[in-house]
Amino acid sequence: MSSETVDDGTVGSALGHITICDLSGQLAGAGSTRYLAAFGARVIRVEDPVRQGRWDILRGVVPHVDDRLGIELGGAFNNHNVEKLGVTINLRLEAGRDLLRRLVEVSDVVTENFAAGVMAKLGFSYEELRRIRPDLIYVSNSGFGSDGPYASFKTFGPVVQAVCGLTFGVGRADAAPAGWGFSYMDHMGANYMALAVLAALVHRNRTGEGQWVDMSCTEAGLGLTGPDLLDYTVNGRPLRRPGMPDSNHSDQPAMAPHALYPTREPDRWVAIACRDDEDWSAFVGACGEAWAQDPGFGTVAGRLARQEELDRLVAGWTSSRERDQVAGELREVGVPAAAVAMSEDRIEHDPDNAAWGLFPVVHHPEMGDVRVDGIPVHLSETDWRISRGAPLLGQHNREVFCGLVGLSDEEFGALQDASVL
Amino acid sequence: MTGPLHGARVVELASLWGAWAGRSLADLGAEVIVVEPPGGHFTRSFGPFVDDQPHPDRSLWWWYYNASKKSVVIDLASSGGADDFRRLVGSADIVLEGERPGKLASLGLDHTDFRARRPELVWTSVTSHGRDSQRSEEPWTDLTLSAASGVAWLNGYDDHSLPPMRGRGSQTIQIAGLHAALGTLTALVYRDASSAGQHIDVSAYAACNVTTESGTFVWLVAGETVQRQTGRHASVHQTMEVQVQAADGRYVTTGFPPQEAKDFRVLLGWLDELGLRESCPEAFFLDMGIERGGINVAKESADPVVMAIFGAIRTALVYIAEHLSASEFFEEAQRRDFQCGIIFSPEEAFENPHFVARGFPTPVAHEELGREIRYPGAPFQMSKSPWAIQGRPPLVGEHTESVLGRG
Repeated sequence: MSSETVDDGTVGSALGHITICDLSGQLAGAGSTRYLAAFGARVIRVEDPVRQGRWDILRGVVPHVDDRLGIELGGAFNNHNVEKLGVTINLRLEAGRDLLRRLVEVSDVVTENFAAGVMAKLGFSYEELRRIRPDLIYVSNSGFGSDGPYASFKTFGPVVQAVCGLTFGVGRADAAPAGWGFSYMDHMGANYMALAVLAALVHRNRTGEGQWVDMSCTEAGLGLTGPDLLDYTVNGRPLRRPGMPDSNHSDQPAMAPHALYPTREPDRWVAIACRDDEDWSAFVGACGEAWAQDPGFGTVAGRLARQEELDRLVAGWTSSRERDQVAGELREVGVPAAAVAMSEDRIEHDPDNAAWGLFPVVHHPEMGDVRVDGIPVHLSETDWRISRGAPLLGQHNREVFCGLVGLSDEEFGALQDASVL
Repeated sequence: MTGPLHGARVVELASLWGAWAGRSLADLGAEVIVVEPPGGHFTRSFGPFVDDQPHPDRSLWWWYYNASKKSVVIDLASSGGADDFRRLVGSADIVLEGERPGKLASLGLDHTDFRARRPELVWTSVTSHGRDSQRSEEPWTDLTLSAASGVAWLNGYDDHSLPPMRGRGSQTIQIAGLHAALGTLTALVYRDASSAGQHIDVSAYAACNVTTESGTFVWLVAGETVQRQTGRHASVHQTMEVQVQAADGRYVTTGFPPQEAKDFRVLLGWLDELGLRESCPEAFFLDMGIERGGINVAKESADPVVMAIFGAIRTALVYIAEHLSASEFFEEAQRRDFQCGIIFSPEEAFENPHFVARGFPTPVAHEELGREIRYPGAPFQMSKSPWAIQGRPPLVGEHTESVLGRG
């Protein structure tokens, strides 16, 4: 068979045959449906007209493209909601809940990242959703999952990271945690959520069955601390112990030197990682300093035993140089090294990101042309496309409710008049 | 119940950047055959090790990334080995590899030949910088990729004489692997609809670049650079501290302060319960916040009174945290609907009654050691086709005979 078996409208897009009723938001939820939308899924983002979509705290807030402020002008919201359709439904009203039911009827997937239990309170538990459409896929992403002692607890990225052990793993030895300086688990939670949608679609394709995927973002995060957890369950060695987390050094695998070193300019750093003794010999050749000839540094065990001294010596060498010079000279001889890139370095001056098309331009009706995150995979036959900015509040109400759900103009007008939209 | 990929066969060439993708597909039910060179893949030399005894079958790094898989040893550089690999690929739905671009072509094993013969094949390549980049020929590690991609820039301390910080746990490898799994499943969903396979080019570097939140969009939208801060988001302008050492010496995070009047009342009530209202000077501002009917920092940030109230909420939470153990603060704050957190170490989270009640710690039989080992469980619970560990990680070449049909 060839791609001729796909409906006309879906050729060239991997997920063009999938419709998603998306009640998610922020980054942890919106990031997942953004990925699916980039591959052609019809993602219909449902927002609350009464509070102007503000349950998503990113709607309307910084950063902004210019001095204008407003609910349609949030830069992060635009980034996280590209390629989606936007509708508004007032779920406080029975007519609104009826409309959502009709939207669910024509959707393959429902996604949300409310706190556990919120959907049920709105009248849309999985049991109810399944009654509307038996083969529906429902993916919920909450901080702690749908059950267990912390089920009702509320989170956002930094709280997830703190509770799941990831924050603990970022910092100097025996010091306060530095933690992640961004919502790492919003990204990873969103990615896992998208994976859950795709996995459930594969299962439905095989069996015809829908299902509920109950995702707990803290569990997804705890799973990312793997080798440290196994060191605990196998060897009884907790990560909360003297000398930890020491995260710029490397014990998994053991490497030295392995750190971010200062360079000639203030607050500009270079990463150097000697994976083995061969890398070390190459480093010694490139650096050319007398101290590096010390035979005691010739083995990884020797270098680890004197790691502090070694770091001081390496820092002495890097401190008089430019970060790109150090990284270039070392990579030239096969030693892993890289400048610690700031936003501008990698977004404006990097040939790889440019060649990848990593920061595509979207058009937003009010913000104009804005660059956004792209997708880090390219598919040879059905690649992603990102060109449309985030939807305005209710921008696609008529298109979705008349075109897809099948309301008549009169029904649509009546819903407008009744402030359901 | 079986996983959604039950019945699918994945042939994975062992690699750094692709390892987590293979593990994910295996836990989703696929039969994943990891192909290693004689002696085992080099990541089997990564610690920590069982009982601290280095051995290819005792690497806990390898265990984590390769549970649920089968291991077949093939020397691709030998002619018999290349043939074995061709036969294996002939039986596969998906091939997953992380070789440097050009390496497989030089062995006559490039994806284009296989895909020309079997258009339904899905072939995923995970490299440091993508198949078309010269930099994928260079050696990269978790540290150098964290640095180059902008991830490391965001983490660290208020004191900028200290370097930015990488996170533990080979996170760039997990980011790359998760995107490789996503790309692969996207292609599978399309294949279900069309019967057409395809090639998937995954860049670990690109993946990390778009896993930087405001580190990217603040630049893209406003042309500004965020700066690292202790225990909170990197930011263009310095923000208030949120991380506090509780009375027992452990750390908590006070999260994003509430702004509604009802929350101020709850906070005052909590101070009362603890007998701390008198000694907490911020209580005065909380009362002001109630009189104002709450605040809206997004709209009123120019108003010094609003900002004083906002600061007082945080200070009051800090004050309470300093008088409680970290666990008490976390649970009591959450019961009052404040989105605060506790900074658990991984093992503390793992043993916490919540995660235990949900069945997250997952026992896996290691009969080769006569032990049962608890692993971290599924990232999400699928009610009909569960993500589940299929078995312990394979010994070097454990399945060579059974898979290739000979010894």
